[in-house]
Parts: sequence; structure tokens; C-alpha cells
Amino acid sequence: MRCELSGSVAQAYLDGELDAQRAVEFEQHLGTCDECAESLESGKALRSSLQAAQLYEPAPVALRARIRTHMRPTARESFVARLVALRWLPATASILLLASVLWLVLPGWREGPRTDVTTGELIDAHIRSLQAGHLTDVASTDQHTVKPWFAGKLDFAPPVHDFANEGFPLLGGRLDVLGGKTVAALVYGRRKHFINVFVWPTQKADTSIHAPASRQGYQYTDWCHEGMEFNAVSDVSASDLRDLAQLFVK
Amino acid sequence: MSGGDQVKGSDALDPGDRERFEQVVLPHLDAAFNLARWLLRGKHDTEDVAQEAILRAVRFFRGFKGGDSRAWVLQIVRNTCYTWMEKNRPLELSAEFDEEVHQLPSDSPEDLAIAGDNRERLVQALEALPPKFREMLVLRELEGCSYKEIATITALPIGTVMSTLARARQRLQRAIRQPAGGRGSS
Repeated sequence: MRCELSGSVAQAYLDGELDAQRAVEFEQHLGTCDECAESLESGKALRSSLQAAQLYEPAPVALRARIRTHMRPTARESFVARLVALRWLPATASILLLASVLWLVLPGWREGPRTDVTTGELIDAHIRSLQAGHLTDVASTDQHTVKPWFAGKLDFAPPVHDFANEGFPLLGGRLDVLGGKTVAALVYGRRKHFINVFVWPTQKADTSIHAPASRQGYQYTDWCHEGMEFNAVSDVSASDLRDLAQLFVK
Repeated sequence: MSGGDQVKGSDALDPGDRERFEQVVLPHLDAAFNLARWLLRGKHDTEDVAQEAILRAVRFFRGFKGGDSRAWVLQIVRNTCYTWMEKNRPLELSAEFDEEVHQLPSDSPEDLAIAGDNRERLVQALEALPPKFREMLVLRELEGCSYKEIATITALPIGTVMSTLARARQRLQRAIRQPAGGRGSS
């Protein structure tokens, strides 16, 4: 004969879905019922088998890119349509004129976030790197292995430091292409997450670290430091990302 | 190619909505793909169906009043998958399998652990289950949804979620214990 609790009640207990009182009652019952104990054990075993098999299938990068291109032009169309419909055209024109004057007059203005690499590209590069086998070309926690690896592959020497003591272990490096040029990608770990820091040379003056912004659930930030432009992307929290960025400019 | 979708999408989202959509919906793209992949049993049509679901979400986004965005997205994905299956694989949905005919003793944890080493076997066992069981296991075990979320996604009462999930697990355990290829008869 089967215990009537050994089915969905035992499993709801396993799933943490029983309310406190019923959970306590079930625990008491569990001590005396072999059948429920067994049901619980086999439920746990099934769960760990499913987890060990890594059955989760994340969305392919191509799909993400397709959805993004689907959304981009449509938003622009409707934005323009709206401006025209609201007869904001003269206002828009004068704002544009003012902006271009400022652009010419204030060179410092141009040193805002990213001019040549788009956020979409950065996030795509980050996602691409997470595909199996793409994260690092040189996997090493030793900065003295990673830094020389870049020599001869790039016409600049990116700064490579391991920040393991600060909670951001260096995992390795790889080459990536952003905005049509080859850049260095440094990969850091943060608990179970990965952070890509893309580095390339720039003429721009040093900037402070921009407040991390978020898109599609990813955080990104950028800064310029000693002739290099840095762009960091990850799914870690904004404050983690800023902490890592600060280590670079220390 | 898919210009039709684009036109339909364009009157759905203004820039502000689009940004909100990117922040609220797109983070669940992996979850959307994973659910579609397991409901449709394979990657072949999954990309198209998942994309269609996301574009539907664009169209319905105005109707989303906040709350559990993952459940909202997965609900649309599930409906899109079922509509697709009705059209393309009607037999799969109508096929009902014999259930609870034989009460099997529970499996020992060791048996399950050994069977679990074999990923291929688990995939086959999971794909052999009817969609209503498969989706329960995917939502609970792979996606980590709560019973309440699963109830929202599947439009079933929580009690039904609880019993269907229990049966789904039982059937999966039974299937992975059987020798490979032994599922064909039912």
C-alpha cells in the first residue's frame, strides 16, 4: 500500500512549496514513513541527475541578434513618425543645430561614452564569449602569462593585472573584434559570473568611470585611462562592475 | 522576408516602451528559448518559434502591467509553442498515454544516479513524455519556477500543477529506469 503523502506532498516539500505548518507536519511524518523518505530521496536524485546533465539550452547568439535587428529600425521609424506628427520638426532641427555647434565648440563633449563601438556590439561580444570554448584564447590566472600572450598579436600592450585578492580573479585573455578593429579582451571571474573587459588604445584624455548602465540584463561601463579605452560588460551587479573598473585606474 | 512582423511590431512600441521591453523581456530570452526547445523537442524549429513568441510579446507589451515578467514571457512562449504544435504536429498533442496503470515502487537513488550519468538517455526520456508533463519538469527543474509561476504560465490551478508535476517526475523516473529504446510501445 502506498502512503498518500508520498506523491505530490513529498514533492512539494522537496520543492519548498509547503507552508511552514504543513512542512513541520510532513517532517514529523517523515520520521515514521519509509515510503515518503524514499520518495524524497528519489526526488532529490532525479533533480541532481537533471542538473548534472546540464539540459538547459540558452538562446543562440544569432537569435538574440535577429531580435535586436527586428526591434531597432521599428523603434526609429515610430520615433520619427511621432516627431513629424507632433510638428516638432522645427524644434528638433534647432536642437540638432545646437548639438552640432556644441560638438564643434566643446571638444570635451566628444569624450562621452563610446563613439565608435556600439553597446549592442559590446553585449554581443560578451554573449559570444560565453559560448562553449570561446571565453579565453589563453586561459591563465597568471598575469605574466596573459600579458606576453598578447605581444605579437596586437600593436599595443594592454595592461593585465590579476585582481584575485580583491575578488576578481583573472581567468585569461583573448582577441576580439569590435568596431572593425582587433581589441584585447580580459576575462575576470566574479563568483560564478564572468566579466569581459575590452581594451584598445585611444587618443582620448583620461575620463572617469561612467556610471554602469544596463541593457538586456547586462551591465556595462567604460572609461579611458593612460591612453587606453576600457569597456567592461557583465551580468554582475552595477556595483561589482564599478569596483572592478576602479581597480584598473588605481 | 519577415517584413510583415516588422510592420506589426512598429506600431506596438515607442522608444520608451522599447527600452522597457529590452530591460524587462529580453533578459528572459534564454528562458524563452529553453522552454520552446523542450516543448518542440529539438532545436530545429525552436529559433523561429521563440522569435515569433518574442515578437508577439512586443505586440502585447502594452498589456503587461508589471509583476512577474518571466512568467509573462513564458506564458506567451508556451501559447506560441502549442499553437505551432496544433498546426504542425496535431498527433503529438492528442496522443494520450496510459497512466497510473501500474504503480511502480520508487527507484533507489543509486539507480537514478547511474542513469543520470547518461545525458542522452535523460534527453530521450524527457522528450518521450507528453508535452503537459515535459513542460512541468522543464519549468520546475531547469527553469526553477515556483508552483505559482508554473500555474500562471500554464493557466492551471496550483493543485493541478502539484499533481501533474508529481506524475511527471514519476514518469520520468520510470522512463530512465527502462532499458534504452523500451518506450516505443505506449
